[in-house]
Amino acid sequence: MFATAPIVWAAAVPVVAAASDLQYALTEVAAAFTRSSGRSVKLTFGSSGNFVRQIMQGAPFELFFSADEAYVRDLDERRLTLDRGALYAVGRLALFVPNGSPVRADAQLNDVAAALEDGRLRKIAIANPEHAPYGRAARAVLMKKGLWQKAQGHLVMGENISQAAQFAASGSAETGLLAYSLVISARMAKAGTHVLVPADWHDPLRQRMVLLNGAGDTARLFYAFAQSAPARTLFEKYGFTLPATGH
Amino acid sequence: MDWPALLLSLKLSAWTVVWLLPLGIVVARQIAWREFPGRAWVEAAVALPLVLPPTVLGYYLLSVFGGASPIGQAWQSAFGRPLAFSFEGLLLASILFNIPFAVQPMQRAFQAIPDEVREAAWCSGMSHWRTFCTIEFPLAWPGIVSALVLTFAHTMGEFGVVLMMGGNIPGETQTIAIAIYDRVQAFDERGAATMSSLLLAFSLVAIGVVYMFANRIGRRRG
Repeated sequence: MFATAPIVWAAAVPVVAAASDLQYALTEVAAAFTRSSGRSVKLTFGSSGNFVRQIMQGAPFELFFSADEAYVRDLDERRLTLDRGALYAVGRLALFVPNGSPVRADAQLNDVAAALEDGRLRKIAIANPEHAPYGRAARAVLMKKGLWQKAQGHLVMGENISQAAQFAASGSAETGLLAYSLVISARMAKAGTHVLVPADWHDPLRQRMVLLNGAGDTARLFYAFAQSAPARTLFEKYGFTLPATGH
Repeated sequence: MDWPALLLSLKLSAWTVVWLLPLGIVVARQIAWREFPGRAWVEAAVALPLVLPPTVLGYYLLSVFGGASPIGQAWQSAFGRPLAFSFEGLLLASILFNIPFAVQPMQRAFQAIPDEVREAAWCSGMSHWRTFCTIEFPLAWPGIVSALVLTFAHTMGEFGVVLMMGGNIPGETQTIAIAIYDRVQAFDERGAATMSSLLLAFSLVAIGVVYMFANRIGRRRG
């Protein structure tokens, strides 16, 4: 009746859903995993909130790297996970300014505030705070600085943080509040400059991963690998702060 | 170039065409020739996906076939895997979404066959089935081919419904249109450019074929 024979639930090559701030870091972690174990995983990147909705609707992911541990708690309460998962990294928010933009990058967002006043700043790229943790962090930072109201009408919202980064890196927005792990990648470093935003201006982006019901051997091995020294080195390389232990 | 995504799109398009060929012919003939109460509403329902935002269809499909729905749960217990976020779910969405692209050109082709031609066939003792095979189908086939080409091409390019109903799962529901979206987000300009130009060329050729056949019907009418 259909084109494909039913695939066994725990597939040989598991699909891993990952927050899009991991676009570069996790791709390297997965490559290192394949080199050391001979097994591979399929990565799909998106906003954590969307993945949670899809997992609740039965999406066949075996492992979920969330950018926010609250999402993992939600899934755990609905008994969709094997356990409470492990903290694997803490993310940072950065202010990114593309080459040729009339705005300067400073950690206190002083020039962003001035540029909003004098009209130099037309668009600020952020992720959608409704379902993207980095979007919520960006909103908190703008509120802390008293700019949230003024920024209305100037915000362009990416469906996830990768799309927001795309808006800013292409110069379509004069600046963006983005994941540090994305702006220090080779591609984005070429496209503009960045500065870290003070970490205490927003709730910490405590990123938790969790094995989902039906996770197979390969997904479990990858989960363990993501907590090993080689993986931690790669997360560090992309600007993540590492937790002391996994819990 | 993301070959698995391209192959998946081709497979999805081919299966959509396989399902909509018989379904489309049955529905198109009914609407083309039969008068029945509420025909206007049937035609409206057929045309609906043309004007409906793909997200609306995606929303309803997820509500009706998602993991939390009775149908979704029945599917899950029968086949051991969810209908949403699977190739089968994507195929179902694709069939529904392509109904107007399949039915409307076929309907116009059947309508273009004069009633006298079919009546003459019946008068000379041909069964309805034989009339269909030897008279109707050969006369309508340019319209049927247009319908199938349009359906195939439209499935290749479909984005919104696929993203909502299929998620973005490599090898399972990541079609080429979704892969392009993904490549852009990953700053892979070259990948996005290659796949986009391929889809552009493919779509142009498909539409060109449709117009060639449409002109052929037009000439016969005139």
